[in-house]
Amino acid sequence: MLSNIISIWEAFKHMFRKRDTIQYPEEKPYLPPRWRGRIVLTRDPDGGERCVACYLCAVACPVDCISLQATEDGNNRRYPEFFRINFSRCIFCGFCEDACPTYAIQLIPDFEMSEYDRQNLVYEKEDLLISGEGKYHGYNFYRVAGVKITGKEKGESENEEKPVDLKDLIP
Amino acid sequence: MNEIVIKVIIILGILILMLSIAAGLIWLERRLLALWQDRYGPNRVGPFGLLQVAADTIKLILKEDWIPSFVDKPVFVAAPAIVMAAVLMTFAVIPFSPQFFISDMNVGILFFLAMSSLGAYSIVLAGWSSNNKYSLLGALRGSAQMITYEVFMGLSLMGVVILNNTLSLQGIVEAQAKMWNVVPQIVGFVVFLIAGIAETHRLPFDIPEAESELIAGYHSEYSGMKFGMFFVGEYLGITLISALIVTLYFGGWLGFEFLPPFIWFLLKMFVFIDFFILLRASLPRPRYDQLMEYGWKFLLPLVLLNLLITGAIILAS
Repeated sequence: MLSNIISIWEAFKHMFRKRDTIQYPEEKPYLPPRWRGRIVLTRDPDGGERCVACYLCAVACPVDCISLQATEDGNNRRYPEFFRINFSRCIFCGFCEDACPTYAIQLIPDFEMSEYDRQNLVYEKEDLLISGEGKYHGYNFYRVAGVKITGKEKGESENEEKPVDLKDLIP
Repeated sequence: MNEIVIKVIIILGILILMLSIAAGLIWLERRLLALWQDRYGPNRVGPFGLLQVAADTIKLILKEDWIPSFVDKPVFVAAPAIVMAAVLMTFAVIPFSPQFFISDMNVGILFFLAMSSLGAYSIVLAGWSSNNKYSLLGALRGSAQMITYEVFMGLSLMGVVILNNTLSLQGIVEAQAKMWNVVPQIVGFVVFLIAGIAETHRLPFDIPEAESELIAGYHSEYSGMKFGMFFVGEYLGITLISALIVTLYFGGWLGFEFLPPFIWFLLKMFVFIDFFILLRASLPRPRYDQLMEYGWKFLLPLVLLNLLITGAIILAS
């Protein structure tokens, strides 16, 4: 009986506590930088697309909401011909970001993407591409990877040794 | 002729007042519960969310009023009306102020007990006509609980009746001019409060409609405005019990000069309504056998003892 009265009193004291509610549209909650929200495609420091259309994000996606088509430009650089994310299916798990080898696909702290029409939730590449580098600055895949493109032979990347000449006897 | 017109105006006034208080309680309860749970509650519709009441009512009225094919239709339709009628009838004997009351019956307390017993019918009929085992279980629990708690609700009131030597509620209020009944009848007040919560089957005694066990108990099959009637009936019940507690134990409309008696009555009443809501915010629901045991083995001997001592003191003096 006494414990009941104590719990009534304890509940009553909550009247003077600070409210836990965040009055959302007027008052925005703090979202940490790694918060998993809307998906963007980022660019490298030179302004080129980071995405090399390796399909790893599409494979990692548990709900199959990413679809893309790889192609090559004149400089032997791979890029996606189209890149489409269906946000009405996306579960914001971040697996695509984990899978991406070039930091191209990133999740950002933004969730305000409601639409009246379901079709409008299908984002094309021009909706996804941003002009900046996102969370990882100064990274350019083609500058560090040993992939040959126009203007850069094998072995010319940063921190890369010259390829071994297999037909030479000298080690 | 003139007297009849005044009477009709008073009746309509009390009816509208009580129904709007009951509807307003939906908003009040949600705001207060939120207050005690560190939230805000409905605060978007209108100033302080007050228009939430209108929004809820419109929603309830516009909802599909579905009567399942397996129910006993006439009884099913009549049950929600009974609870409303029984509770509203009781307001006829409540003295809101020296002038503002419908009837000063000389058997006021008996009338209240009779009407609250009629309320039990609504639960039984609703559960029975629903043709649903959970509804029936809820109805059985509800009727057993109400009959149990009515026994010592009546007995706890007898202390007041002995003390003030009248059954009329207006007479009881006037007899409290020197001292409120709560001082000599503190045990009777506590028992009446507990029995009142059980009578309106509010939390923590909402065992007839225990969601976790019985879906919604006797009103599982109800929808639309018929469900709304049970809802409003419950809030009217809270208002009624609070009004009775104030009338019987806290001096009714008696108060200091600077406010009119009617305002004093409402103020005291809302203190108890808030207390009812606080109970909902803080206490868990007991098991059914615990509730019955608590009633028969603890409260009944306690209230009989109270009655005995009160009677002895009155005889001695």
